[in-house]
Amino acid sequence: MPLCPGTPTPAHSTVTETHVITTTDLTKVYRSRGREVTALDGVDLHVREGEVYGVIGQSGAGKSSLIRCVNLLERPTSGTVTVAGQDLTALAGRGPRAGKELRQARSRIGMVFQHFNLLSSRTVQDNVELPLEILGKSGTERSRKALELLDLVGLADKAKAYPAQLSGGQKQRVGIARALAGDPKVLLSDEATSALDPETTRSILALLRDLNRQLGLTVLLITHEMDVVKSVCDSAALMENGRIVEAGTVSELLATPGSELAAALFPLDGEASGEDRTVVDVTFQGESATQPVISQLARTYNIDISILGAAIDTVGGLQVGRMRIELPGRYEDNVVPIGFLREKGLQVDVPGREAVLAKEGAK
Amino acid sequence: MTWSEMQPLLEQACWDTLYMVGWSTLIAVVGGLPLGILLVLTDRGGLLQNLVANKVIGQIVNIARSLPFIILMVALMTFTRWITGTTIGREAAIVPLAIGAIPFFARLVETAVREVDHGLVEAVQAMGGNTWTVVRKVLVPESLPSLISSTTTTIVALIGYSAMAGTVGAGGLGDIAIRYGYQRFETQLMWITVAILAVVISVIQFAGDYAARSLHRRGAHSGPAPKLRLLKAAS
Repeated sequence: MPLCPGTPTPAHSTVTETHVITTTDLTKVYRSRGREVTALDGVDLHVREGEVYGVIGQSGAGKSSLIRCVNLLERPTSGTVTVAGQDLTALAGRGPRAGKELRQARSRIGMVFQHFNLLSSRTVQDNVELPLEILGKSGTERSRKALELLDLVGLADKAKAYPAQLSGGQKQRVGIARALAGDPKVLLSDEATSALDPETTRSILALLRDLNRQLGLTVLLITHEMDVVKSVCDSAALMENGRIVEAGTVSELLATPGSELAAALFPLDGEASGEDRTVVDVTFQGESATQPVISQLARTYNIDISILGAAIDTVGGLQVGRMRIELPGRYEDNVVPIGFLREKGLQVDVPGREAVLAKEGAK
Repeated sequence: MTWSEMQPLLEQACWDTLYMVGWSTLIAVVGGLPLGILLVLTDRGGLLQNLVANKVIGQIVNIARSLPFIILMVALMTFTRWITGTTIGREAAIVPLAIGAIPFFARLVETAVREVDHGLVEAVQAMGGNTWTVVRKVLVPESLPSLISSTTTTIVALIGYSAMAGTVGAGGLGDIAIRYGYQRFETQLMWITVAILAVVISVIQFAGDYAARSLHRRGAHSGPAPKLRLLKAAS
């Protein structure tokens, strides 16, 4: 059945509570010429079955090492990787070469790459057939499966073309079809959209989303683009210096005060207009979005509220509103109105206060 | 010397050259291809990383490459006799020609295979392919245009080497040019030989280039340059 990428799919989630990818205390240290570089520093990752999980971070944060450790293209220095209940690190054995069991396990994990990595000497169809050749499938079975997958990604008419004749987006579709050839439970996406223009990025992400919904495919993707996380991910993790500094479902993150990821997913601008004023960020999710809380606040406490910025958006299939408002008086004067907003079930962040609160909390 | 005298000489020489170059090219490809691939695989970061083996193979290849062909031919005489039963004639010339060409071709193969994008190797590993799969499905097919060019270069070099095979009585075009043209002052015959050699080499070069190009055309890389956008969150 061909999918129509771009059209929104009904948001019926396929996520279950089973963890399909788990890494425990994963560490990767690169040694070269006596110098040691720690790429992964004790990473615990839990990806639930059926979800799209995004790992975001700047270049050098270790996200690429992380995803390549998941199918052991990169051998972790220590820690374990479990995919679909199988401890891959136990299969790895010693030495750099992958044993038979590890190779079999890899064939059940699909992977797509930033630069597509299609064989230029093969047609599109032959590229998709490659994993099936490795699995030892017969010619007729290979070609049936390849055509079926090309149909699924919307490239049935390009089967006989060579990769060089395709656009970037089409190449990545071939890459995705190829990754699906072994009927994987898990798809790893290594910056799959980073070499694509924004529009193509959207269509590839929509395709990944559709595949996730229709096939129940678990997707672990790494990216440096917040938009990617925003448009497809159920869960996200932020990596810095080889560590995961924040992780959770998108709604959990949005509900976390002072979450860097939440702020980045949903940026708000606007500065306080004077010294004796308090800026407050209010986040609405689901039910609370429908209540006229701001006018209630103004009437109840008889204060003037100015709105510095506001937006409503869909993040991870979730309707979210965010507003930055300014209240007269210092923070100490506004404890009661802020309490009122919290009572109404809204999430209230006071920019600049989190750091102080966190310090107090730590003590 | 009249044309009717030259004609049988030239005909025989052409066949001798083709025979020697043909067989030695075949052996050079059969021997040099795995050797070249091995040089890449055993190198640092290769799939079969083994720096000792890499150094040893590399040194053997270097030494064999730096020996002048005529010396190689003499040095290999015992070996040649062991293989062919004689040290004289076309068959005897094929042995040193092939052995001289194997390391030459191996180095060219190494360069060609090194050009293959490592991402492709990784993709096949991620599919569960082993080293042999990588060699068979990626390294060789992806470097095929370069491998064909390398073969062309090797054939042309072998035609040059084969001129010296005359010293062991193997005949060939180069031998005619030296014996008749140079030593007997048959200038006309020499120039005809040179012309034939030029034509043969041009045809081989053209055919090789054509084959490499037609394979390469479909494989032209045209991926978009990566567009990087900075992450706002973590900055």
